[in-house]
Amino acid sequence: MGQLTIRNLEVSFHTREGIIRAVDGIDLAIGPGEIVGLVGESGSGKSVTCNSVLQLLPCPPAQFGEGKIEWSSKDLLQLDEDKMRRIRGKEISMIFQDPMSCLNPFMTVLDQVAEPLIIHKICKPAEAKRKALEMLAKVGVHRVKEYPNSYPHEFSGGMRQRAMIAMALITQPALLLADEPTTALDVTVQAKVLSILRELCSELGVSVLFVSHDLGLVAELADRVVVMYRGKVVEQNDTASIFTHPKHPYVKALIACRPTLETSDDRLPTVEDFINPGKETEKSPADTSPPKTSSKSAKTLVEAKRLVVEFTTDEGSVRAVNDVSIKIPQGSTHGLVGESGSGKTSLGRSLLNLIRRQSGEILFNGIPVGHKGHPHEKQFRKSMQIIFQDPYASLNPRLTIEQALVEPMIVHNLGSSKRERIKRVIDLLEEVGLGEEHLARYPHEFSGGQRQRICVARALTTEPEFIVCDECVSAMDVSVQAQVLNLLKSLQASRGLTYLFISHDLGVVKFMSDQISVMQKGQIVESGSAENIYNDPQTKYTQQLINSIPAANRSKNFSFTHPSVSPGP
Amino acid sequence: MRKLIISRVLQAVPTLWVIATLTFFMTRYAPGGPFDSERAIPEEIKIKLQSHFGLDRPLFDQYLLYLKNLLQGDLGPSFKYPEWEVSELIATAFPVSLTLGLLSLLIALMVGIPAGMIAALRKNSWVDYLPMSLSMAGICLPTFVLGPLLIYALSTQLGMFPPLGWYGPADWVLPSLTLGLFYAAYIARLTRAGMLETLQQDYVRTARAKGAKSWRILTKHAARGGLLPVVTFLGPAFAGLITGSFVIESIFFIPGLGKFFVTAAFNRDYTMVLGTVLFYASLIILLNLLVDLLQAWLDPKARQEK
Repeated sequence: MGQLTIRNLEVSFHTREGIIRAVDGIDLAIGPGEIVGLVGESGSGKSVTCNSVLQLLPCPPAQFGEGKIEWSSKDLLQLDEDKMRRIRGKEISMIFQDPMSCLNPFMTVLDQVAEPLIIHKICKPAEAKRKALEMLAKVGVHRVKEYPNSYPHEFSGGMRQRAMIAMALITQPALLLADEPTTALDVTVQAKVLSILRELCSELGVSVLFVSHDLGLVAELADRVVVMYRGKVVEQNDTASIFTHPKHPYVKALIACRPTLETSDDRLPTVEDFINPGKETEKSPADTSPPKTSSKSAKTLVEAKRLVVEFTTDEGSVRAVNDVSIKIPQGSTHGLVGESGSGKTSLGRSLLNLIRRQSGEILFNGIPVGHKGHPHEKQFRKSMQIIFQDPYASLNPRLTIEQALVEPMIVHNLGSSKRERIKRVIDLLEEVGLGEEHLARYPHEFSGGQRQRICVARALTTEPEFIVCDECVSAMDVSVQAQVLNLLKSLQASRGLTYLFISHDLGVVKFMSDQISVMQKGQIVESGSAENIYNDPQTKYTQQLINSIPAANRSKNFSFTHPSVSPGP
Repeated sequence: MRKLIISRVLQAVPTLWVIATLTFFMTRYAPGGPFDSERAIPEEIKIKLQSHFGLDRPLFDQYLLYLKNLLQGDLGPSFKYPEWEVSELIATAFPVSLTLGLLSLLIALMVGIPAGMIAALRKNSWVDYLPMSLSMAGICLPTFVLGPLLIYALSTQLGMFPPLGWYGPADWVLPSLTLGLFYAAYIARLTRAGMLETLQQDYVRTARAKGAKSWRILTKHAARGGLLPVVTFLGPAFAGLITGSFVIESIFFIPGLGKFFVTAAFNRDYTMVLGTVLFYASLIILLNLLVDLLQAWLDPKARQEK
């Protein structure tokens, strides 16, 4: 059984822009059989730490400083490639974030799971395959038994990640490094994969370094939590204490700024509030106080009747949206929850008439929205906008912010002169917390949160009444997410906007929405007020969705009753 | 797999028909004819010749007749070499070009792929810079420069191989080397780019995390993905190689197919132009099919889609 001790680890990246200190002198220890959670936002250095242990970082650009990574009385940073290779996959294994790209698409899953045994000459290929089949059955990948020649693309994301776990644990390593292993998965799948991981590691007595951006998720299985911020460890403690008595302001912020199912405030606290208390940081109009118009009295702005959307693929047609009816009152937010493939995005896009519907009717302000090419199409386009999930992909990298924001106004003939349009763009930028100085810049010069603010501003250029927010905060760190959610809420209050808010995150949807619909397999299985859905879920699927959320993300005052993993012998 | 082959063969029929039609009318509308030469032949002989080959009949009738013969596999007689059928000319010249093409391809692959792989593995070191500069030079250097250079070095100076002719295996070396090295340069660059792309993939990092040695990572994990662009390039490249090169044939005095492409067009040898074009088109179709099959074999995802 190994003990991993990281002492004063420093990792810097030497790039053309200068030296970036990704990890700035951290200390970390993982005892035998212990499960340690490593939490931090993107860029905090958590993945770099994890990859440093196995020496998987390309050097250059990565460079190591003074520190040590001690593993069974060896310093891993001093080992040569061949000695290091013997440790990888045998004594220390690793699983990665994206099961789509981390399995070799050209090799059968069975071969890949068996490979560590063959590489480390633990057994003969035939024996290795037999053991791999056993291991795959253990993690619940049964398809391989029936079809030993299946390739990764024939499996779902959850199944691939299970196969990754089987591959990592097949050699019975002493330590498992898990780098965001469930981030790319749906909540229900995430819950299953996590429980498999927990059971298997406790059965084999493997110690785990579990890296995640999600503090609540880490609380599900870690004995101890280490929080990183800008390359440094800001706090480490046992899991319960971190939640009950966080000491560092950043950790307090991390816990506070994620909306749980119990959050009922109108505004989420942000990291800035904790780190620079007393300072007014939100540039956006802070007034979120005016009470929302009761959704009962308001008129219906968007209505869909028996909407059907079909996609034809090689295997036949798939009903992405199957007979869905929905009513969204003016000035309210309708939340749409469901797992990937449930049809939420298709529903959102067909409401905007961005994709063709097979049948059904859409009414906007009581006027039917026709198919593409309809005479009123342009008018509808102007009143309905969309904010996409990935602000990196949804802004044209070759247009400046000014060009990107002026374009919709030109299309819709808004504003009489160039000057007037630019003035409106500046007003909008200020409204979302940016400014005139950003006009001439290109998207790559902004952070993810800023880009999403630009996307919000772009959606507002045509003065729309209705905005579809399609997973618009899913790719963000919790602190940035809080800022964008606050912005959306305050804009709704000041402009009377109507939102369709699509997300897989029940907590976020609950925070944003008045009404919630739960989608599964193209149909709305449950619909009701946000409070009711959460307090009294009617369908099994909704219950399952709620139960799959890590306890800490469900409620701030959760108790640690999860089956904690007992330390190995 | 069988569906792919059948559909491709069926698609080939209209493709070849369109090519035959376009070529037929384009050559006919081009100025001049097969019996125009610098020394004018007497008018009555010309008329006799034209009626012998059916050139005096209406153009559309000629076209229909040509298609009818084509369906029976008859490419017609050559206008310039009256004692030869077009198919006979192709049948004599093609084996020569095929030998030369296969040998060149072998050299191109055996030099290009390892060079590209090593360069990708040791990126930004001398084993990257040296082969890549050489391959750049190889691409820039036309075969009519490389050919004579090789003749001078290996034949005139060292006397290792005959400088020209096509009589025995010793004659094969210099032309295949000239043509092969040119293609090797392309393949090396394609391999390097493809491998660099693949070596950055997450699944290669997974393989490293398993403890695989570099050799295993290269052969088991990266090679398939990295060589896909090379395979795509191979189809048209191979067709070009085995149908002969006019330049190489001229330098080394090789009786290959390449010269017919040029001389037939100059001579307005209508049937010969059509014959060579159709032969080349069929080869391209066939080889692209082979490339697709090869890709499907390499890439399980493509296998499923097809």
